[in-house]
Amino acid sequence: MSQVNRLTNGGRIDRSQPLNFSFNGQSYQGFAGDSLAAALLANGVDIVGRSFKYSRPRGIVAAGSEEPNAILQIGSTEEAQIPNVRATQQALYSGLVATSTNGWPSVNTDMMGILGKVGGKMMPPGFYYKTFMYPQNLWLTYEKYIRKAAGLGRAPTEVDPDSYDYLNQHCDVLVVGAGPAGLAAALAAGRSGARVILADEQEEFGGSLLDTRELLDGKPAAEWAAEALAELQGMPEVTLLLRATVNGYHDHNFLTIHQRMTDHIGEVAPMGMVRQRMHRVRAKRVVLATGAHERPLVYANNDVPGNMLAGAVSTYVRRYAVLPGRKLVLSTNNDYAYRVVLDWLDAGQQVVAVADARTNPRGTWVEQARARGVRILTGSAVVEARGSKRVDAARICAIDVAKHKVTSSGEVLDCDLIVSSGGYSPVVHLASHLGGRPTWQADLLAFVPGEGLQKRVCAGAVKGVFALGDTLADGFEAGVMAAAEVGFDAAVGTLPSVEQLNEEATVALFQVPHDKSTARAPKQFVDFQNDVTAAGIELATREGFESVEHVKRYTALGFGTDQGKLGNINGLAIAARSLGISIEQMGTTMFRPNYTPVTFGAVAGRHCGALFEPKRYTAMHAWHVANGAEFEDVGQWKRPWYFPKNGEDLHAAVARECLAVRNAVGILDASTLGKIDIQGPDAREFLNRVYTNAWTKLDVGKARYGLMCKEDGMVFDDGVTACLADNHFLMTTTTGGAARVLDWLELYHQTEWPDLKVYFTSVTDHWATMTLSGPNSRKLLAEVTDIDLDKDAFPFMAWKEGEVGGVPARVFRISFTGELSYEVNVQADYAMGVWQKIIEAGKKHGLTPYGTETMHVLRAEKGFIIVGQDTDGSVTPDDLNMSWCVGRNKPFSWIGLRGMNRQDCVREQRKQLVGLKPVNPQQILPEGAQLVFDPKQAIPMTMVGHVTSSYMSAALGYSFAMAMVKGGLQRIGERVFAPLVDGSVIEAEIVSSVFYDPKGERQNV
Amino acid sequence: MLNIFCPHCGETRSEEEFHAHGQAHIVRPENPAECSDEEWGDYIFFRDNPRGIHHELWVHSGGCRKFFNATRHTVTYEIYETYKIGEKPSVTEASVAAAKASAQGVTA
Amino acid sequence: MSNVNVYQQRPADAKAESPLFHASLHELVGKGPTDAGVTLTEKKLLGHLTLRGDGKDPAFAEAVHSALGMELPGALSVVSHGGASLQWLSPDEWLLIVPSGEELAAEQKLREALAGQHISIINVSGGQTLLELRGKNVREVLMKSTSYDVHPGNFPVGKAVATHFAKAQLVIRHSAEDTWELVIRRSFSDYFWLWLQDASAEYGLSIVE
Repeated sequence: MSQVNRLTNGGRIDRSQPLNFSFNGQSYQGFAGDSLAAALLANGVDIVGRSFKYSRPRGIVAAGSEEPNAILQIGSTEEAQIPNVRATQQALYSGLVATSTNGWPSVNTDMMGILGKVGGKMMPPGFYYKTFMYPQNLWLTYEKYIRKAAGLGRAPTEVDPDSYDYLNQHCDVLVVGAGPAGLAAALAAGRSGARVILADEQEEFGGSLLDTRELLDGKPAAEWAAEALAELQGMPEVTLLLRATVNGYHDHNFLTIHQRMTDHIGEVAPMGMVRQRMHRVRAKRVVLATGAHERPLVYANNDVPGNMLAGAVSTYVRRYAVLPGRKLVLSTNNDYAYRVVLDWLDAGQQVVAVADARTNPRGTWVEQARARGVRILTGSAVVEARGSKRVDAARICAIDVAKHKVTSSGEVLDCDLIVSSGGYSPVVHLASHLGGRPTWQADLLAFVPGEGLQKRVCAGAVKGVFALGDTLADGFEAGVMAAAEVGFDAAVGTLPSVEQLNEEATVALFQVPHDKSTARAPKQFVDFQNDVTAAGIELATREGFESVEHVKRYTALGFGTDQGKLGNINGLAIAARSLGISIEQMGTTMFRPNYTPVTFGAVAGRHCGALFEPKRYTAMHAWHVANGAEFEDVGQWKRPWYFPKNGEDLHAAVARECLAVRNAVGILDASTLGKIDIQGPDAREFLNRVYTNAWTKLDVGKARYGLMCKEDGMVFDDGVTACLADNHFLMTTTTGGAARVLDWLELYHQTEWPDLKVYFTSVTDHWATMTLSGPNSRKLLAEVTDIDLDKDAFPFMAWKEGEVGGVPARVFRISFTGELSYEVNVQADYAMGVWQKIIEAGKKHGLTPYGTETMHVLRAEKGFIIVGQDTDGSVTPDDLNMSWCVGRNKPFSWIGLRGMNRQDCVREQRKQLVGLKPVNPQQILPEGAQLVFDPKQAIPMTMVGHVTSSYMSAALGYSFAMAMVKGGLQRIGERVFAPLVDGSVIEAEIVSSVFYDPKGERQNV
Repeated sequence: MLNIFCPHCGETRSEEEFHAHGQAHIVRPENPAECSDEEWGDYIFFRDNPRGIHHELWVHSGGCRKFFNATRHTVTYEIYETYKIGEKPSVTEASVAAAKASAQGVTA
Repeated sequence: MSNVNVYQQRPADAKAESPLFHASLHELVGKGPTDAGVTLTEKKLLGHLTLRGDGKDPAFAEAVHSALGMELPGALSVVSHGGASLQWLSPDEWLLIVPSGEELAAEQKLREALAGQHISIINVSGGQTLLELRGKNVREVLMKSTSYDVHPGNFPVGKAVATHFAKAQLVIRHSAEDTWELVIRRSFSDYFWLWLQDASAEYGLSIVE
C-alpha cells in the first residue's frame, strides 16, 4: 500500500525524490515537498492521535499552524526527540521518525478510549478541578495517571546534539506573513529602499497563492508569487526568512521569530549548521499580514477522522496532490469554500453534495459548481458525521439558522470525507499580544485587530480584506505607508490583475443545530486539542461562568499550544448564544506569545553549557588549575577555594592552609577585589561623603579601612582605600560589590554632587593582586623586591612603590588575616611571572597557597566581617560593634549618618555581632542556624538571632562562630542555643568576636 | 524589550544596555540632620507608583555609564522623552491632561 | 610633587601574558579553514589609557589635540593617528590606545598639555585587550552577539560603541569595511573567546597573528 491517496499529476512536490519515513513504527513513502501531514494523508493514515481528555481517535483537520490533532513526537533517537510538532508544519525528510503523542498503548486500539466512550459524562469541564482535588494526598497518584493518559509529548532525556542561536535584526519594515498581502507589502517597502524583513512560517513563500485556483494576470497565482520572490531576492536590503514563525510581538516593536533552519533536512542539523534560530527583531514599522484561518462548523461527531477544513482539502489537493478521501460532502455558510468542490472535481473525484446554510446562494463559484452538476442542498447543513474511526456518512438536514433549529429529518449520504467551512477568522494573535483587544465586525463575522499602541499596520485578511485583488492592493498600500512613515519615498509598481468574483454574504453559523439538545446530541467539538465541546461550554455558562475569560479557563478552550486558532470564535459564539448575548458583548479572550510552540533550544540559543554565564578569571588562573585548586564561584569570578594535597578534603586542606599562614606564610590570589581609581581635587571630600569614617587626614602613602552605608544607615560595602597622591586614591571594594560600588559613586556624583571635581574609573582588571600573609612574609618578600621592608620604613597601613620579581608594583601593607601581610599589585599582564617567582622564592619559607575558605576562617578568627555574609542589609556599623569606624563629627552629613540615627537604629536590643564558642569544641554551628536563649520553651520558640559565619579553627583548636544576637554585646559570657532540624541542640557561649590575637600584635611587627 | 534614547550617546539603544533606578527627581535633603525620622523615611523609602506618566532615573550602564531621566507611561510603556540630569521633563501628567483638554476643545 | 601617582608600570624585560595567553592562539594559526568567514587576531599588550575630562571645554579638546595630534572625537566615534587611536566612551571619557610601552610617555605628554585642568588619566593596559575580527561573516557573528545594529547604515567605519555582547559588555569599533575591533576586559576574555568560536563556527574561524 503505497501512497494510495496520491494524484499522479500536479502539486508542488517532486515525484523524482521519494522519501521514506515512519509513523508509529510503520514505514511509508512520500515525496520531497510534502509536509508530514500531506505524506500521512497520501498514505491513507486516518488516525494520527487520540484526544486529550476523551481519548477519541483523531485525524488531520487542517494544513497549517492551526492543526489541532496531528501534534506528533519526532525523532529516531533519544537526543533528537522533539515534542509537539505539528505534522502540517513539518517538512518531510528522508528517515523521519514520527509517533503519536497521545494514545496509550496505541492510537488504533486505545485502552483509554474505553474510558472516553463510557465516561463521556464522567469528564465534563472542570472535571479535574472537581474530581481530583480531594483527597489532596491522592493527587500525586491521579497526576501520574492523568499525565500518562493525556500527555502532550515528552522532552528528551539525552543532551541535544544541535546548536541554536539568536540573531539580532533591525529593520525599517518587518512584514509578517508572505501570502498575497505580505508579498505585496514587502515589494512596496522593498522598492522604496527600506530595510525590510519578510518572514513566513511555511516551507515556501506565497501563502494562499500556492494553492488558490484564482489567476493573477491570467497565470497561476504561484507564478506571480515566484516573480515577486525573485524581485525581493534581488534587493540587497531585503531579508527573507523562511520557515520562520513570528511568535511574539513585544514592547517597542520588538518581535521574536523562531526559524527552523534545518528541520526540513533531518532530525539533526548537518555539521556546522545551526538547527534553529531566534531572530530578535527591532522593527521601526510592522506590517501584519497574518491572514485568516478557516473556521470549522461545529456539528455532531465533527472530530471523527475524515472531517476536515474545506480550504485544507484544497491545499492538499492542489499543493501536495493528495486526496484525503474519495467521496466529499461540503458543509458551508460561505461562497469561498466552494473552491474545494471545484478543486475536487478537477481532481476527478466525486462530490456527493454541498450543504449550504444559505437559502439561495448564487456566487460565481457556487454557479460554477452547480453548472458542473454538483448537488447543492440550500438552507442545510451537515448536522452529524457517522463513523467511528473514519467518516462513512453524513447526515444533512434543513436548518433554521435564526432559530437554531433542525427543520427536516434530513438524509444520510454515504461519503468518506466531510469538509466544512464556517467562515474565516483573521489571525489576530500577534496584533493582540500587547493588549490591542480585537473588535467584532458583524458584517465580516470576525474579530479584527483592535487599535494597537505599537507602530504597526495590518494588511489583507487579518483585517477582513478577503478578496484576492483587494488583499494585494491592501498589502501594497500597507507597505508603502510603513516605508513612508520611516522616511522612504513611496515606490511605484503595478499589481497583477485579478478576475473579480461575485461573492455573496456569509450567514452567521457556528454551531450547527441538532435535533437533540446540545447536551444530549453526540459530541460537537469546538476545540479539538483541548477536547472542549459545545455542551461543555453551555455547561460552563449554566454554572455561572459568564465572562469569556472564565469560560476559557473553566473549559480550557484555546489553552496551551492551540491558542484558540480553530475553536475560539465558535466557542465564543456558543457561549454568547447560551447566555443570550451578542458575540460583541461576549468579547474575545486575548492571545499571548508564543503563537506556536518554541523549542527550549531556540529559547536558550548559545547561552548554555560553557556559555551559560560568563566566567571571569584572574591572571593566575592557569597556575591554580595546574596546582589542583578547587574553585568557588564569587559573583561571576572563579576563585580558588582551597588547594587540596594528597587527597585532602576541604577541612583537612583548610586546616593545613590556616596553620601555614599563622606559622609561616601563605599566598592568596586577591585579584578579584574591586579596584577603583579616584582622581581629582575633590576626591578626598567625596570619600568623606561616601564612607562612614574620616579621610581628611589620611596622608599620601597611607591606606585606611572604610565602611560604606546606604542612606538608611545599613552597611553595604567595605574595603581599604589608599592615598596615592593628594588628588589620587585607589579604592578597593568587595569582589561581589565592585560594579555596585562604582555605580553608587557615579550615582551620587552625577545626580547629587556634580560640582565635586572627581573621576572614578574601574581598574579591577588592570591590577593583579597577590597577598602574602604570615610571619615569614617579610622575609619572603624581601627576596624578590627592592622595597625597604623595615617595619619603620614600611609600617602597617602604608603602601610603597617598587619592583617585585622584576616588575613594577604597588605593595600595600594591609592585613585581612591578622598576620603580617603584604598585598602586591602588578599590571596583570606580568602577574603570572611575579607569582611564580614568589612561589619559587617561598619554598624555603614554607609558602603555602591558600584559597577563599582559609581566608574566611582566618579573618573570622580576627572578627573581621564579610559584607553580605555577616551583614544582610539590615545591619548598622554600631550593630557590628564597629563604631570606631564611624566619623560622627565629620562636617558633611555623609551617606548613612542620618539613617543610622533613626529611632529604630539606636534602640536597645538590636541584634549585634558577637562571637560564639560552642560548649563542645568539636561541634560546628551551621551557618544560618537560628538562636534561642531557652531551648526548652514551647514551639514556636522566640528567636534571638542567627549564626552568620562558623568554622573549625586549627590555630585555636576549637570551633567558633560569628552571630547576630539580640543585645549580644551586653550578654558576653551568657549562653545561647541553636536547636537544629534533627532535634539536637548546640549550646554556645557568647564571647567577643575577636578570637585570635585580640591586641593585634601579630600584624604590627 | 524597550528602546531607550540615551541623551548622552545621542541614539536609541536596547533596554539590555540600561538599568532603571526608580523614581527621578528625588533630591537629597540639604540638611539631613534637620529632617525628622518621618521626613527621612519619606526620602529614602517612599516612592510614587502612578498609573500613567512617570519620571524615572535610568543609567546607561552598558554604554556611556551616564545617568539620565526618562518620562515613561507605566501602562503602555511608551517613553515620551529622555533628558539629562538637571533638566526638567517637558511631558508631565499636567501637560498631557492639558493637551487632551485642548484636543477635546477642538473637536467639541 | 605631583598630585597624582604616575609611574612606569610595564617592566622593561619580563614575561608578559596577554588576557588570551592561555588560549595559545599562536598555535592555532593556520589551523582553521582556508576560506574562513571570520579571522581573529589578538592585538595584545597595547597601551590602554582612560582619559577623563570635560568634553565641552575647548581648552580640554585643544590640549588633547596638541598632545596627541588627534582631534578629540565626538560621540560614538574613534579616530586614529600613527599607531594610536582615540575613542569617545562618554561625554567625559575617552579610550586612548597606543603601541605597547608608549603608555607612560603618552600619559606624561597629556598631563603636561592638560596641566591645570580637572582631568584624570588611568593606565588600564593590563585590564583589557583588543581583538580584531575580519571577514565576510563578521557582521553575522556580531548580530548573534549584540542587540546593537551593526548594519553599515547605522554602524559606519569610524564608529565605536560600548554595548551589551552575549551576556557581558564590551566596545565594538568598526575599523574598515570588513574589519571590526572588540575591546574586551581581561577577566571576561575567555568567555568572549569561547563565545566567538561558537558563534563563528558555521562560517569557519581562523586565527591570524
